[in-house]
Amino acid sequence: MNLNRILKTIFLTEFFSAIFKAIREIFRPKKTINYPFEKGHISPRFRGEHALRRYPNGEERCIACKLCEAVCPAQAITIESEERKDGSRKTTKYDIDMLKCIYCGLCQESCPVDAIVQGPNFEFATETREELYYNKEKLLDNGDRWESVLAKNIKTDKIYK
Amino acid sequence: MDYLIILFNEIYKILFLVIPILVSVAMIVWLDRRVWGLVQKRKGPNVVGPFGLFQTLADALKYIFKEIIIPASANKPIFILAPIITMTLALVAWAVIPLSETLVLSDINVGILYLFAVSSLGVYGIIMGGWASNSKYPFLGAIRSAAQMVSYEVSIGIIIINVLLCVGSLNLNDIVLAQKNLWYVVPLFPMFVVFFISALAETNRPPFDLPEAEAELVAGYQTEYSGMMYAMFWLGEYANILLMCAMGSILFLGGWLPPLDIYPLNIIPAPFWMIFKILFLFFLFAIIKAIVPRYRYDQLMRLGWKIFLPFSLIYVVLTASFLLYFDKLPKGSF
Repeated sequence: MNLNRILKTIFLTEFFSAIFKAIREIFRPKKTINYPFEKGHISPRFRGEHALRRYPNGEERCIACKLCEAVCPAQAITIESEERKDGSRKTTKYDIDMLKCIYCGLCQESCPVDAIVQGPNFEFATETREELYYNKEKLLDNGDRWESVLAKNIKTDKIYK
Repeated sequence: MDYLIILFNEIYKILFLVIPILVSVAMIVWLDRRVWGLVQKRKGPNVVGPFGLFQTLADALKYIFKEIIIPASANKPIFILAPIITMTLALVAWAVIPLSETLVLSDINVGILYLFAVSSLGVYGIIMGGWASNSKYPFLGAIRSAAQMVSYEVSIGIIIINVLLCVGSLNLNDIVLAQKNLWYVVPLFPMFVVFFISALAETNRPPFDLPEAEAELVAGYQTEYSGMMYAMFWLGEYANILLMCAMGSILFLGGWLPPLDIYPLNIIPAPFWMIFKILFLFFLFAIIKAIVPRYRYDQLMRLGWKIFLPFSLIYVVLTASFLLYFDKLPKGSF
């Protein structure tokens, strides 16, 4: 041990400088945000709660191609479809098990008509498991509720795709 | 009838001491968490009540309504007794702490000895809790804690001898009054530093929180405790920390005396000075919690036995010879 080190140990210099640094830190602005009252920035690519979108005329976008069902690594999506009277193929059943879902975003990537998307909402905790088995109604409802944000996010992100 | 009146009078006085202490313990936990958060660029508890001041009360309420789980293999009576002992001893010691010349529950002549004895007994609560749990982590935590507290009590005892040499009395009020002209933190500054670090070890605070080192021992002797029993350990711990701060301010920082006996300072009542000094020391405790990493166990023992003990012994000799040579030994009333 050299003299410098011994002096440092005896006079606790590093310790005292640490205390002063800590006191200075107390008066610095904080990094924390008051979460439930203020929220942080969310990227347009954020993969949160799922939603099924509609065309502006109210028609569902989903064409029941089942690409999302096929690509889903957690096999959380179940789709059943049939031909409608006007000859278009539409889903009769579109279920997502939100407990199985790993929020990878592959369903959104695979969708040719931007029907299934993952929105910016992440505050959908529930008190029972059953509430997290989403059906078509719930997903379409989500789509209607978040449509303005979803459309904006898709538009913002389009140039990078 | 006279007996009853005296009894009620005493109980009234005790309640007047214990309830403010419990409330201030709650506030001090908040302060601790807040300072810890602020140093780490977080905000700390700030939701419940103004500035989050009632956070601890909310926590206490949560603990009260939680289930108390007693392990099947635990020694039930001792398991239940341990947190009670910890908390009682932490509160009992406050009886002799003077908040001003008159504001003290019992102004006994061996105040400092009583304080030292009671704070040493605190280790029993921890040992009993750890051993009665009949589980490996609490047991290891309790052993560590006992060894640590015993080691550092030795050097705290010798540091107190330093102060007593200068005072010539064991009465806490006399110790405070002897510092009227010069606080002992000035001539005995190295001892103050050693006392402070020993107090950290004595109360199991970081960097000496080995008994509760969560990475190795889960939560040490508290591992098997839950609900109100856990809360009592935790109250006792913080009451002990406050007690150590009070002890430090009485021994070194002039207790309830103002820093200078001049006009704007000496109109502030004595208890405020005492509380202010306790808070100052506690603030240091809280800051240190945020800045230091944990010691290794052998380093802890080396610091206690090989550095602090000889150092404070040498300082006792120095103080004694200084006092004797310059004929400044206190001429007490013995």
